[in-house]
Amino acid sequence: MTAATRSGSSSRIPSEAARAATDLRLSVEQASYAYAPNPHQAPVFTLEATSFQAKAGEVVAVLGPNASGKSTLLQIISGALPPLSGRVLLNGFVTHQLDYRTRGQRIAMVQQESPLLFPSKAWEFVLQGRHPYGKSLRFESDEDVVIAENALSQVGAEHLGARWMDQISGGEKQRVILARALAQQPLLLLLDEPTLHLDIGAQVDLLETLRRLAAENRYTIVVVTHELNLAGEYADQVVLLQKGKCLRVGAPANVYQRDLLEQVFQTQLTVETGASGRPRVNLLPGAQS
Amino acid sequence: MRPLTLSRLVLQCLFLAAILFCVMVLALKFGAIHVSLYGLGRDLLRVFLGQSNDISTEYSLILNLRLPRILLGAFVGASLSIAGTSFQALLRNPLADPYVLGVSSGAAVGAILALLLEPHLALASEIAAIFTPLGGFLGAAVAITAVYFLGRRNGRIDSSTLLLGGVITASLLSALIVLLLTTLPSSNFRGMAYWLMGDLSSVPSRPLAWVLRVGFAVAAIVIYATASDLNLLLSGEKEAMHLGVDVRRIRLVVYLAASALTGLAVSVSGAIGYVGLLIPHLMRMIYGADHRILLPASAFGGAIALVIADILARTVASPSELPVGAITAIAGAPLFIYLLRRRFA
Repeated sequence: MTAATRSGSSSRIPSEAARAATDLRLSVEQASYAYAPNPHQAPVFTLEATSFQAKAGEVVAVLGPNASGKSTLLQIISGALPPLSGRVLLNGFVTHQLDYRTRGQRIAMVQQESPLLFPSKAWEFVLQGRHPYGKSLRFESDEDVVIAENALSQVGAEHLGARWMDQISGGEKQRVILARALAQQPLLLLLDEPTLHLDIGAQVDLLETLRRLAAENRYTIVVVTHELNLAGEYADQVVLLQKGKCLRVGAPANVYQRDLLEQVFQTQLTVETGASGRPRVNLLPGAQS
Repeated sequence: MRPLTLSRLVLQCLFLAAILFCVMVLALKFGAIHVSLYGLGRDLLRVFLGQSNDISTEYSLILNLRLPRILLGAFVGASLSIAGTSFQALLRNPLADPYVLGVSSGAAVGAILALLLEPHLALASEIAAIFTPLGGFLGAAVAITAVYFLGRRNGRIDSSTLLLGGVITASLLSALIVLLLTTLPSSNFRGMAYWLMGDLSSVPSRPLAWVLRVGFAVAAIVIYATASDLNLLLSGEKEAMHLGVDVRRIRLVVYLAASALTGLAVSVSGAIGYVGLLIPHLMRMIYGADHRILLPASAFGGAIALVIADILARTVASPSELPVGAITAIAGAPLFIYLLRRRFA
């Protein structure tokens, strides 16, 4: 059911995945990265070779403690950072070699924060997602407006269109930012901690929306998150990182093992199977050593 | 949803152009010699019809002396406003302006150095005409590069560090201007007030005027071609990149073009302050932050503002003249403080 492989074992891709290769959309192949403040020093941060694959319509969650390399991995997948070794393929094209415009048409990124220098209306913000499709100076067509309106209604935010971006709540803003990404009509949708400033209801809401969009629009979605239970509930695959090392890739039920999670997150917890058949993580506060 | 359309853009530009025209006619009327609007209109029409010989001496004096100065004011105002709008978008700082950031002072130093070198090079007069604006451009480019790197912390532009870096650069360069003008034989140079405050009293020679026109047209078109990329840069360089903007190319191109506009303006009018700050703000309040309309609106707005400021400079203390930079600073500095307080409140 999954095309995932463990880190460092891409030479042993299961034959099942090879047969499903026509459906394969995203392929992260031994991608690694090293960051050094200057080229003569030893790198202060490294991401060791990481591999996983995802099909159209799949949701992948990238999990791990702070400074484990989650955002770096996402930047590499987006093509913004060229990997030190290995490569990331989207429909067979190396993502960091795509020109900016093509990349903007195929990969949409929802970042941790989208500060606005001068506030704009929500619909203007969503229309920005049409930028990769236009020549520099063209004016938005009626088609662009329809696409932007659709994007807003797909995230249930059509009523926000006429509002100013700095006058809506965090959850509403996150929807509008997501709508802008949808207006790019991407193949691959990347989200960097989209639930960060949202209350629990809005978090569930967002993940539900992502799940639905992945199914309806056949997006491949990669989402970086701290929310173990949300990831366990909604992701097809999880990628578990720790200190720049990819520990485990697979279905949540396979990755969510008590010993492993306790060691990675440095806290005591239990893992049980919820009503949906998905793993549930319970923190055991007070039991911490 | 009603995105910007070409017809709305053209309509707004025509409206602003009409205001600019009216302001220019008023600027022709006001001054030491009084003339009637009717006479002006009649003689302007004659010039357009090629009947220059029928114009009375009085009016021909006005057209030959005041008109070039007014056109210069419009050019300088438009250039500084476009440069200000560009710097604000690239640096993601609403307080960025060629004067505040020291770019104008850099251009002034460059222009003075060019004036200093020029007699030693025995250049043909056509090339000599390019020489001062070229010096201004190089000075502006060096200054904005310095300020850009001064304002970077941990790989991103920090607003207050950037402004402080600009203020320090401006103050250092102003001191350099004073030093240059004091120690050098002064006969070839205009006064300190000109370079430090700016004024519009010296009309450029004919070949220089052509350099200004061509330079302005090229730089303005180059910047305008990036208008929708600048819109995205407002939400950050990373965001823009993910939306298909080649950030490094746009940044380089716009910095160069905006430095060129500043260099051109400063080399013929000195460092006039606050136009590039005030006007983009005003226009953003009216037209919003879409650079496809904001850039041309700022250009017209800057032209209108500087022509008005020049009318005041010529008439407030008549018969003596104020440097036009004094007027723009009196109007602009309080606004700057207001924006600063609102931003960091």
